[in-house]
Amino acid sequence: MTRYILDRLVQSALVLLAMSFVIYGLIGLMPGDPVDLMISADPKMTAADAARLKALHGLDQPLVARYGQWLKAAASGDLGYSRLYAKPVLQALGPALLSTTVLVGASFLLSLAIALPAGVWVATRPDGPADRAVNLFCFAGVSMPPFWLAILLILVFAVGLGWLPAGGTPTRGDAGLVDYARHLVLPVATLTLLQVGGYLRFMRAAMIETLRQDYIRTALAKGASPRRVLLGHALRNALNPVVTVVALGFGGLFSGALITETMFAWPGMGKLILDAIMGNDFNLALVALLFATLLILAANLLADLAYAWLDPRVSLAAPERGA
Amino acid sequence: MSALALAATAEEGFLRRLARRPLAVASAAILALVALLALIAPLLAQWSGIDPNAVDLLARFEPPSARHWLGTDDIGRDVLLRLLMGGRVSLFVGLTAALGAAVIGTAIGLMAGYWGGRADAALMRLTDGVIALPLLPLLIVLAAIDLAKLGVPAEIAASDQVSLYRIIVIIVLTGWTTVARLVRGATLSVRTRDYVLAAIGQGAGPWRIMAVHILPNVAAPIVVATTLSVGNVILTETVLSFLGLGIQPPLPSWGNMLTNAQELLTTAPMLAIWPGLLIFVTVIACNLLGDGLQDALDPRAAQG
Repeated sequence: MTRYILDRLVQSALVLLAMSFVIYGLIGLMPGDPVDLMISADPKMTAADAARLKALHGLDQPLVARYGQWLKAAASGDLGYSRLYAKPVLQALGPALLSTTVLVGASFLLSLAIALPAGVWVATRPDGPADRAVNLFCFAGVSMPPFWLAILLILVFAVGLGWLPAGGTPTRGDAGLVDYARHLVLPVATLTLLQVGGYLRFMRAAMIETLRQDYIRTALAKGASPRRVLLGHALRNALNPVVTVVALGFGGLFSGALITETMFAWPGMGKLILDAIMGNDFNLALVALLFATLLILAANLLADLAYAWLDPRVSLAAPERGA
Repeated sequence: MSALALAATAEEGFLRRLARRPLAVASAAILALVALLALIAPLLAQWSGIDPNAVDLLARFEPPSARHWLGTDDIGRDVLLRLLMGGRVSLFVGLTAALGAAVIGTAIGLMAGYWGGRADAALMRLTDGVIALPLLPLLIVLAAIDLAKLGVPAEIAASDQVSLYRIIVIIVLTGWTTVARLVRGATLSVRTRDYVLAAIGQGAGPWRIMAVHILPNVAAPIVVATTLSVGNVILTETVLSFLGLGIQPPLPSWGNMLTNAQELLTTAPMLAIWPGLLIFVTVIACNLLGDGLQDALDPRAAQG
């Protein structure tokens, strides 16, 4: 077990390292470099000045050498300075991570609170009218263009009814928790509508599969009440694959809320990544992307551990080939 | 019964099972209609004498009329024609990128599943690595890179066609993992069957076995996954185009028609409704069709 976790940690570190090199290289291919930006800001700068600046910052060196220097600095804790936020990268990243955690956490919990009971409920009446209606709703959710859903909600609840703010967070003064919550409603609703269908369909499939097992029939035959069998025997086992899939997707939510955050001007990780890429803030974009990758890798590892912990038949020590 | 007759019955069974799923059939019909309208869009433009790219600042935000069925947009262009022309772009990107990703995914999955061992381990590590990437931000980076810095001549890098093909390429590069995993799994279970072992015994080479004996037997999951991925690709394309990083105007796409929609929400809400509605209908049709195909191709899974 410890051996397995160590292996996985090493693997994850390697993926992260490879990813850092790829992103470093890609970001070097984005329009403009830091010196070009300085040139456009200062009409008095000559070509010689520009060349000197490039040499000073090491921009005339080959990619691998520059990456090596970045890696050395990063290893010593210096992740650079954000151009857009005018502060060290980590200080720009912190508040964004907090905002995203609130948004993603709220919609994640809400989605599960809807999807899990609803999934179990429709699994007990497969192919009935309720199941079909719920199924269609699930497909609608996963087929919805996120930016359009956001536009529709803004159109109805902010522009039309005027109940809720169209975006942003209260910035000035201590507007209080209620105002904060009001700003949270539409983005949370958007993310929830997008997510809930996937979880629900998964819960339903796992539950139907479990209800087919022999031990369910045995329990029913021994006279256990259907309710007890459903919630006691079946749910416990059906939840295993659901937990795994949900945990696998969780890491991606932090950067995957990019569109929703942008539409509602919610200052989270996704919006920060987009702003950094569009605003030529290379240091910030690089670190934010790596951080997003790290979250996904961590969630993947946790998903595997959860799976092994929940299902005693799974042994991590000797992974089954081809499974 | 001859092999041909057997195949014919299997196909009839498949069609019968598909016909029992009204949602899937309706989805196929809707997709066919959207595709047909998109195909004949240039003809419609000719017949009606309206240029979908012609700017007319005297005819901004016109309501629906006999000439402009869905009215005009913020710079006086016909909304309906632009929707249909945009459909050409979005459907083309969806189909080609999904097919491209399926081809790469199939090749990788076949090789990993057939050879096993180190090749399998290496290819699956690669797949796991790609899956662990934050997809949307990465696509944004890939869509934003300056091709001129890769040595592509500036005039080519800035052309319309490049924005179209670039988006296809980056979606293919990141989108093959689902098919690769499915095909690997299916290959693992097929490669120990008697007919594969018999072919090996007769001296058939690995490429021939993969192409002739294994591929037809793992085709069902590929078809399903590719149908589902057409919808996902369309969503991805529209998101990137919406952000201004995909299809570049004046070439219309369902995504870039919504780029300004948020600012115009109070002035012209319908401009924001139509393109999104078309994306939604097309994507949900792909997903429902894929779901129906899955059940029809795999009768065992459909029961219960």
